[in-house]
Amino acid sequence: MKSYQAIRTAPAPDSAVVRGPGEVAVRLRVNGETRTMSVEPRVSLLDALRDRLELTGTKKGCNQGACGACTVWVDRRRVLACLTLAISCENREVATIEGLAEGDTLHPMQQAFLDADAFQCGYCTPGQLMSAVALLAEGHAGDDAEIREWMSGNICRCAAYPHIRAAIRRVRDEQGGSGAAD
Amino acid sequence: MRPISYSRVADVGTAIGTVSADPESAFLAGGTTQVDLMRIYVEQPRRLVDINDLPLTRVEELPDGGLRLGGLARMSDVAEEPAVVRRYPMVAEALLMGASPQLRNMATVAGNLMQRVRCSYFRDVAAGCNKRAPGTGCSALDGINRGHAVLGTSECCIATHPSDVAVALVALDAVVQTEGPAGRRSIPIDDFFLLPGQTPEREHPLTHGELVTGIDLPPLPVAATSRYVKIRDRESYEFALAAVAVAMSVAGGRITEIRLALGGVATKPWRARAAERVLDGAPADTDSFTRAAEAELASAVPHGMNAFKIELTRRTMVRALAEMAQREGTA
Repeated sequence: MKSYQAIRTAPAPDSAVVRGPGEVAVRLRVNGETRTMSVEPRVSLLDALRDRLELTGTKKGCNQGACGACTVWVDRRRVLACLTLAISCENREVATIEGLAEGDTLHPMQQAFLDADAFQCGYCTPGQLMSAVALLAEGHAGDDAEIREWMSGNICRCAAYPHIRAAIRRVRDEQGGSGAAD
Repeated sequence: MRPISYSRVADVGTAIGTVSADPESAFLAGGTTQVDLMRIYVEQPRRLVDINDLPLTRVEELPDGGLRLGGLARMSDVAEEPAVVRRYPMVAEALLMGASPQLRNMATVAGNLMQRVRCSYFRDVAAGCNKRAPGTGCSALDGINRGHAVLGTSECCIATHPSDVAVALVALDAVVQTEGPAGRRSIPIDDFFLLPGQTPEREHPLTHGELVTGIDLPPLPVAATSRYVKIRDRESYEFALAAVAVAMSVAGGRITEIRLALGGVATKPWRARAAERVLDGAPADTDSFTRAAEAELASAVPHGMNAFKIELTRRTMVRALAEMAQREGTA
């Protein structure tokens, strides 16, 4: 059972293009714009956004995938920028909190967070917002228990959770329904 | 994090060839373990080979009626796959009880099997740890070990295997498909996870450059009546203190088929064979469930702070079995 079978296609030799370990030119699509920067392959998407592109809305909380403060979207899925390498995002669409509003018009979720007083210190808020908007698109905002479960990857040490849920409920209801993507 | 070089490959052959030719390289898939452990110097490859473009992301029907989870299928996608939800509900439940939505969007099912332990001494390069640095001792034996294992331990290592979905996969006798420099092979999942014994640094039988290409779920009608029960310190986004994957059929008040595995309490995803032997053909009642749990836990060894896990596991097993039997009885 565990013996090897003859391989159908022999593994190719070590033929992959090697980039780094020094700085290399990395081109990213961020909020619909193409941005080029020079970074080492070990640089996280989080550090690249904050330190190279000066998009400091995305926050560094734990830097180990535990708090959700760095939540961004890659190819329209919410992910953690701290555990993502910037270079691995080439040819993918990155979206950050800076791209959420339409010009000076806040995204409905941003407005709802303001109206519902859904933050105190505000440090986790960009991540909460990116998660909350994704949550509605995923269709996981049916009731409070579902919202709580599907927002559990975003920690708020001010414990604004009830107000965050209230803001999400409001946008869900304004959009009509369980939050399923339309 | 140490400096690394980076390659992105588009086919399985190049991925395997590249990593197997370079002893200081590693595959990069979802990155949720790899990047985390590189940042704290627990893993120190010189080169990452990004395999996210490989065509291994799908869930496919197998000719025998089973299902193949592509190695690079994301946890979130597998959890919502209708065939998984309907035919293997405990797999979907275990996936959704693991990590957070963001991590599930990133992490792959193959990466989930390959994830490393969460023992705080393994993650601390200043501490002794036989798994990370063989021969340096196990700091957890007399340390902070509330989360550690009570089954399958050795004097070298008591770290708990952290996966949820692997527990369901072990209950189902899933098969791990790999491809490496020496060819392809199929590894029964119970053989894929190794007990620590004297060599806790060896967690699986893969060679360097061997890639998990898929996980096969066998055709198994009983899996349609299955569930995953997970007990943890907080309601969500937390590793298990004790978890039970159970698939069960009941006819005429007796258990006609049983598959049972434990998570959060053992050094590998733990197939509860002693409990299964008690339950097979037994009346589906609390007495049987209790005897089964006690049979499985007879070999459990506490290590100070984690002694509570033995009683917690007994209760979790009885509860999971009773709820399953009730559901089966009223179905």
